[in-house]
Amino acid sequence: MALREADRAMATTMERPEIPPINPKRGGTAPWPVTFYRSAVGKKWVMAVTGIMVMGFVFFHAVGNLKVYLGAEDLNHYAEFLQQLLVPILPPTIALWIMRGGLLVAIVFHIHSAYGLTRMNHRANGSGYEQRRHYQAANAASRSMRWTGIVVGLFILFHLADLTFGTLNPDFVRDDVYRNLVASLSRPPVALIYIIANIGLGIHLFHGSWSMFQSLGLNNPRWNSWRKGFAIGFAGLVMVINVSFPIAVLTGVVSATNNPDCVTDGSVIVDCTQYENQEATP
Amino acid sequence: MHVKLHVWRQAGPTTPGTMETYDAPGISEEMSFLEMLDVVNERLNADGQEPIAFEHDCREGICGSCGMMINGQAHGPQRGTATCQLHMRKFQDGAEIFIEPWRAAAFPVLKDLIVDRSAFDRIVESGGYITAPTGAAPDANLTLIPKEVADAAMDAAACIGCGACVAACPNSAGQLFTAAKINHLNLLPQGQAERYTRVQKMVDTMEEFFGSCTNHGECQEACPKDISIDFIAYMNRDYVKAQLKNRKLLSQD
Repeated sequence: MALREADRAMATTMERPEIPPINPKRGGTAPWPVTFYRSAVGKKWVMAVTGIMVMGFVFFHAVGNLKVYLGAEDLNHYAEFLQQLLVPILPPTIALWIMRGGLLVAIVFHIHSAYGLTRMNHRANGSGYEQRRHYQAANAASRSMRWTGIVVGLFILFHLADLTFGTLNPDFVRDDVYRNLVASLSRPPVALIYIIANIGLGIHLFHGSWSMFQSLGLNNPRWNSWRKGFAIGFAGLVMVINVSFPIAVLTGVVSATNNPDCVTDGSVIVDCTQYENQEATP
Repeated sequence: MHVKLHVWRQAGPTTPGTMETYDAPGISEEMSFLEMLDVVNERLNADGQEPIAFEHDCREGICGSCGMMINGQAHGPQRGTATCQLHMRKFQDGAEIFIEPWRAAAFPVLKDLIVDRSAFDRIVESGGYITAPTGAAPDANLTLIPKEVADAAMDAAACIGCGACVAACPNSAGQLFTAAKINHLNLLPQGQAERYTRVQKMVDTMEEFFGSCTNHGECQEACPKDISIDFIAYMNRDYVKAQLKNRKLLSQD
């Protein structure tokens, strides 16, 4: 018995409409590291690995700078130690430059992946909702990663211009780290920039240092509950240390005038790099 | 109960839609959310108006048809519950309820609250199968599976493909769905033969249509089957391993 037209339509599989892809498949062949980095899971892995590299730097940068509280001699001596790292295997400052190069590459990849993923997510979102979404798990840190990332990125540029190149620090003297730090942070607007940026860094680290475990696939019920604790501890420690420096300078806990390692003329800092001379002359 | 509904109405895939307001008096708090919509639709029918189109099938929380965004939450306010198992007693008398379809570039609206979720089918097609021996069914306990493994695989297999994870994700990412569909096979001995090709193919297909994971955890909260984001981590790990795995040594650890 012949099927009626309507029955025939019911009996056949419906034509499937095309879903327009947001990332059309690429033709051609590329080496696997390239195809891996093109994928979003690969980019998140790169973000986690580069994030860990920068976290290592941020941690030792904060801990090393605690020598500010020991005085100018200790801080400047530490700065010179960094320049002399791995001497005589390598000439002076080379080890430091290798680490800086690694950091720069890490930061470039971190930003490039974040940019690519953000673009992809905006394409994936489509038209969006009429009604505001009622978020259950997303927190302020996870939702503001792009913004805190931009804040930290701009701050790094400012920080380099202020205390590494000295172009934004009117009282800059090369290699006199303690003096430069005190001179820069005793300007209240600058101290405020440091405080805000380092709170931003802390928020960024809080989500990042938890999120990286998921992106790398480090997930085990035995220690999953420690991951959030690690994130809170790491981000909190780095933030407290970093924010303490501008506050210490503003409140006078750290200053050049009452530091025996510095020569000052009234409130003007003359020099803080006296430690070698002090050792020579009893 | 007397509730006021704001519902997305859209006549077809290409026509623009808008939010319409409907008054819904005389609703019993014992009704499920879909039964409430049935009542509203009966009245619309009686008035000669077009009823609100929504997808539904089993109405017992296992088919995954009935997803919708209720007050900005996928499947509404009750955790671990599909829309069909949500009851009106979860809402206040006189409440205003906003109902929208899932929104994602990969989920085009077909009509009103119905979206095309066939992007999910494409992910499953690309690797959601195992190599099985032909012939008679093997003895049930021939392959020994540790209890923890069987439980984890079953947790992943609980995915009903409703799309709430994508709808709840700020990035419209399909990671929780894809991770569940990969892991209910990848965790078991029977799924090992295709383990790395599966994760590679299914993730690559997912990324053609969906966004990327930023580890908010919204999908896990929205999932009517309470599927954990742990599976996303396992998927990520297998995807990285798939890059390096010597396929000649697949039968070794």
